[in-house]
Amino acid sequence: MTTILLSIVVLGVLGALFGAILAFAAKIFHVEVDPRESAVRECLAGANCGGCGYPGCDGYAKAVAAGEAPCNKCVAGGAETAAKVAEIMGVANDAAEKEVAFVTCSGAHDIAEPRFNYSGPQDCRAAMLFGGKSSKWCTFACVGLGNCARACQFDAMHVENGVAKVDRYKCVGCGACVEACPKNIVKLIPESQKIMPACSSKDKGAQVMKICKVGCIGCMKCQRECPADAIVVKDNLAQVDTSKCIQCGHCADICPRHIINYFG
Amino acid sequence: MLTSIVSISLGAILTNNFIFSQFLGCCPFLGCSSKVDTATGMGLAVVFVMGLASAICWVIDTYILVPLGLAFLETLVFILVIAALVQFVEMFLKKSVPSLYSALGIYLPLITTNCAVLGVVLLNVQNNYNFLEAVVYGITGGLGFMLAIVLFASVRERIQFADYPENFEGFSICLISAGLVALAFMGFSGMKIV
Repeated sequence: MTTILLSIVVLGVLGALFGAILAFAAKIFHVEVDPRESAVRECLAGANCGGCGYPGCDGYAKAVAAGEAPCNKCVAGGAETAAKVAEIMGVANDAAEKEVAFVTCSGAHDIAEPRFNYSGPQDCRAAMLFGGKSSKWCTFACVGLGNCARACQFDAMHVENGVAKVDRYKCVGCGACVEACPKNIVKLIPESQKIMPACSSKDKGAQVMKICKVGCIGCMKCQRECPADAIVVKDNLAQVDTSKCIQCGHCADICPRHIINYFG
Repeated sequence: MLTSIVSISLGAILTNNFIFSQFLGCCPFLGCSSKVDTATGMGLAVVFVMGLASAICWVIDTYILVPLGLAFLETLVFILVIAALVQFVEMFLKKSVPSLYSALGIYLPLITTNCAVLGVVLLNVQNNYNFLEAVVYGITGGLGFMLAIVLFASVRERIQFADYPENFEGFSICLISAGLVALAFMGFSGMKIV
């Protein structure tokens, strides 16, 4: 009988003691959480894409509530989310221009000369470990094993015929593919930018001629004919200055290699 | 004294590893091992909680339960102690050491009901350890858990690039590789420090 009573008393006292300590600790160690933080978190796209530059949606919501981050950084949510977040934070909404991903390579299987058949792990980084940085002769070319496609949370990136392609309608511009590409050939460009050369090759023209059917040979034709001086050939590669480009599309028409993409 | 500490440490880390030899704490071992970073966080949290729980449970057992003849209540009381302790530590860290909280924070509540933590305090009693030995056993047991989970997380990171048959996809390849890592640890069994 004493044992039973003693057990009840000991357990009861211990339980009450721990309960009291916890209740007391909750008061002492109480940390204020900004109610705006959870409200902001609710509005975000919730894909944890990291496009805002913070670790996940929670991290960004925290930074916004602390006043450390602007309201328009959620690229996945776009202008609509930015407006909602700005409303919660009570500040003016200054939405940034949306960006989309762009793959600066056109080296599909029938276009870029193959160098060897690769059948190892289906991962761009793994494939790059074999000499020459990819299974194509062009060392700048897209490896085509889809690290970018796997990184995309929005089903906007796919490998088609050995080269990555962006679905501009689905792309939200989070930049996950830019991070994932081991060749650094995926870029973010403003959505209004309609012209972009889809090549990254810095090889000399004669070399490019041998190994790729469309790669930029640095012939300077676009640079000479651009009415706005917006396209410059540097390191044997045509490069567009988006701040000067007037989107006329002339360079895309005259390019002898048809490497300059025009999204009309 | 020193010999017993060394033999307890080596035993807890290698020969009697909590995961691979005693099969305690398998749930977080499989759940938190997909990345080395998360595995390290989980491991650190386990080391922390197992050390603390060993110390406090030893004191409660020796000075309250045994003198009152209530040793049969150990399991019940230890569960209570561990649950309260983890909650308390979490609150304390959140307020006082935010950097440690952000590193361990999300893993702490996960190990409240971890059987490795309960296992270590019960084994302390079973083996008649003194206070120092109990604390050492708790901490090194946690280190053994951490070693196991970090090793296994590295293996799982490599598996992602491996070309294995499709029907092993997901959890089955994970269990198979866990078995292989455990087999490797079998190499330590039978060793004894006298």
